[in-house]
Amino acid sequence: MDFDLTDEQRLLADSVNRFVSDRYGDFEKRKAYRAEPRGYAAANWSAMAEMGLLALPLPEEEGGFGGGPVETMLVMEAIGRGLVVEPYLATVVLGLGLLRRAGGQPDLLAQVAAGEVTLAFAHQERQARHDLHDIATTARRDGDAYVLDGAKGVVLGGDTADRIIVAARLSGARRDRAGISLFLLDPATQGVTRRGYATQDGLRAAEIVLEGARAALLAEDALPLIELVVDEAIAALCAEALGAMETLRDLTVDYLKTRQQFGRAIGEFQALQHRAADMLVATEQARSMAMYAAMMVQDSDAAARATALSAAKALIGRLADQLGKDAIQLHGGIAMTEEYKAGHYFKRLAMLNLLFGDTDHHLRRVVAAGGLPE
Amino acid sequence: MELRYTAEEIAFRDELRQFFRTQIPAEIRRKVSEGRALARADYVTSQKILHAAGLATPNWPVEWGGKDWSPVQRYIFVEELQANAVPQPLGFNVTMVGPVIATFGSEDQKRRFLPGTASLDIWWAQGFSEPGAGSDLASLKTTARREGEHFIVNGQKTWTTLGQYADWIFCLVRTDPAAKKQQGISFVLIDMKTPGITVRPIITIDGGHEVNEVFFDEVKVPAENLVGELNKGWDYAKFLLSNERIGIARIGMTKERLARVKRLAQETPAGEGTVWDDPDFRRRLAWSEIELKALEITQMRVVAAQRSRAADKPDPSSSILKIKGSEIQQQATQLLMDVAGPYAAPRPDRNEDGLNLPSVGPEWADAAAPLFFNFRKVSIYGGSNEIQRNIIAKAFLGL
Repeated sequence: MDFDLTDEQRLLADSVNRFVSDRYGDFEKRKAYRAEPRGYAAANWSAMAEMGLLALPLPEEEGGFGGGPVETMLVMEAIGRGLVVEPYLATVVLGLGLLRRAGGQPDLLAQVAAGEVTLAFAHQERQARHDLHDIATTARRDGDAYVLDGAKGVVLGGDTADRIIVAARLSGARRDRAGISLFLLDPATQGVTRRGYATQDGLRAAEIVLEGARAALLAEDALPLIELVVDEAIAALCAEALGAMETLRDLTVDYLKTRQQFGRAIGEFQALQHRAADMLVATEQARSMAMYAAMMVQDSDAAARATALSAAKALIGRLADQLGKDAIQLHGGIAMTEEYKAGHYFKRLAMLNLLFGDTDHHLRRVVAAGGLPE
Repeated sequence: MELRYTAEEIAFRDELRQFFRTQIPAEIRRKVSEGRALARADYVTSQKILHAAGLATPNWPVEWGGKDWSPVQRYIFVEELQANAVPQPLGFNVTMVGPVIATFGSEDQKRRFLPGTASLDIWWAQGFSEPGAGSDLASLKTTARREGEHFIVNGQKTWTTLGQYADWIFCLVRTDPAAKKQQGISFVLIDMKTPGITVRPIITIDGGHEVNEVFFDEVKVPAENLVGELNKGWDYAKFLLSNERIGIARIGMTKERLARVKRLAQETPAGEGTVWDDPDFRRRLAWSEIELKALEITQMRVVAAQRSRAADKPDPSSSILKIKGSEIQQQATQLLMDVAGPYAAPRPDRNEDGLNLPSVGPEWADAAAPLFFNFRKVSIYGGSNEIQRNIIAKAFLGL
């Protein structure tokens, strides 16, 4: 039992935190980043590549950092604190997570690590909601390539991604667990239509229609791999939520100290103090659960891993929901404005809760498993 | 970062577990598991077994029978005690007055009291709360005036847990009526057999006799029974209350209880199946388990941090552990009562051990509702959850 960071991890945390406070400390800058052509700052992305963050999960012998879930947690926490808009989750956690395990593609891995190529994971389909095995998109072999047909939705970072990893069926019916494979798609290929859009929390996503689009096979019968990488994404989202929750809590507490009404700081009122105290309790519980997620995502027992990650997502979802609403309420009108930061954290937390399964979905999974693993 | 125990920590845990399961009488462990009141003899038997094995007072200085354990080992010890339904060594002795005497007492006091305090040959009660001094403990009014070689104590203490069994009571008394609140309070040890002391039971809503009122009427206490310095009692009380944050959340106990809830839910018929088949019930149980897991890790983080943090430096964790720990303990007792269902209602007569003979419904069920009633206390005592929120807001959020 040990909760200390290694020296390398501490250095990583320091440098990511410095990056986020330099580039996102002034909230106005975020607006400018979002106005860039790709919906995020190209300069930030290059800087992240230079810092080695885009190679974080790659082994050291491949020029990576050899980072695991704890390193990802440190980065995602900082991303949550700054409401960072660069597509780290899409490219590194999901994209590289799948690509490096599928094997092959060494040149592409190097390009991603260098910040030259971004990735997205096109998995979600409209009818599937949260079921990872619900895939209607089909793939069929045609010579040495494959041809994809179907529609993918809310693909994070999918509007500008340079390569897209697509989950499609080589065999089986829509809800079969077997027969799902992963394909590497160049979005410039004929038969790919992308409709990019902004999301409610200031990020970017896309609807992607595939009509006879040619792609390369990455991995066959890939559902276990998809489930693993989505669990890693859930652990990453837990850390991001934690960073956002702590920042929103601090913002709220600072506001309670400065806002004057009835001739005193409103933080002197006990009704508000107690709600602020509950925010601290919530963030501490969320931190514990984000750590649990980071540690359990490495568990070799896939069922135990999945239940643990669901528990983490469910609890952090519930805590983040309450904390976000309380932050708005305790601020009052100011937090209703687009100009003020708090509302943006609230919106990000609300959207995080809906990604990769909401609280109800994950609680159901814990219930179905009969409770938490020992 | 590693959640799992090391091989040495696992060996340490397994050895304790083996000891608890084989050496502590099964009947005592069953009562603890079902949440029934223990007889005085049960506490004494259990503590004497621990004491003989050197396990009653691991948190004490080594020269007085403590163990040179790491924070992690101490944590494992408390968790295993609770998870195996072993009665905790009497807190008034082991985590409260013992460390105060060992730290602030005279050499005479240490020699006189510590051995019997460890072995439970002396049963201590805590004399802090008063009718007018609950959350606002420093407003206590019980006085001790000096007359020659004695203090003369007058006043009333209340909520004195298990005071009916006590041989001695450690009290906060006002020794300087002119001083401001927290100053002018002293920490004295009083023999319960002294003339002028009256103990009156308070029956709580679960029907149990756990707490008492203790009245002091011109009680003569030898001056040598003052602990530490005159008028410094508040400092010792603060030391005592901050002494034991491991175990405050009773995670091991709640884990054991939730496992029992699960087992009983699977055995308890409900329509065509069992209570376990009810998805709403299982959702509530899952929430409690999940919250408990988060709290367990919060607790482990506190334990791990003790390696590097000065022990007396305040940190918000004990308030967090108290708030969430009490809430989850209460949820667990409610789930247990809900499993019992209609058979939580019968309230057969009790014998002197608090056992219902014979039971009306399932053998365990009649203890479920009283336990639920009784556990409303956990968010009130030891600084109510509202006081804990005040502490967090003031000391840690700077509000």
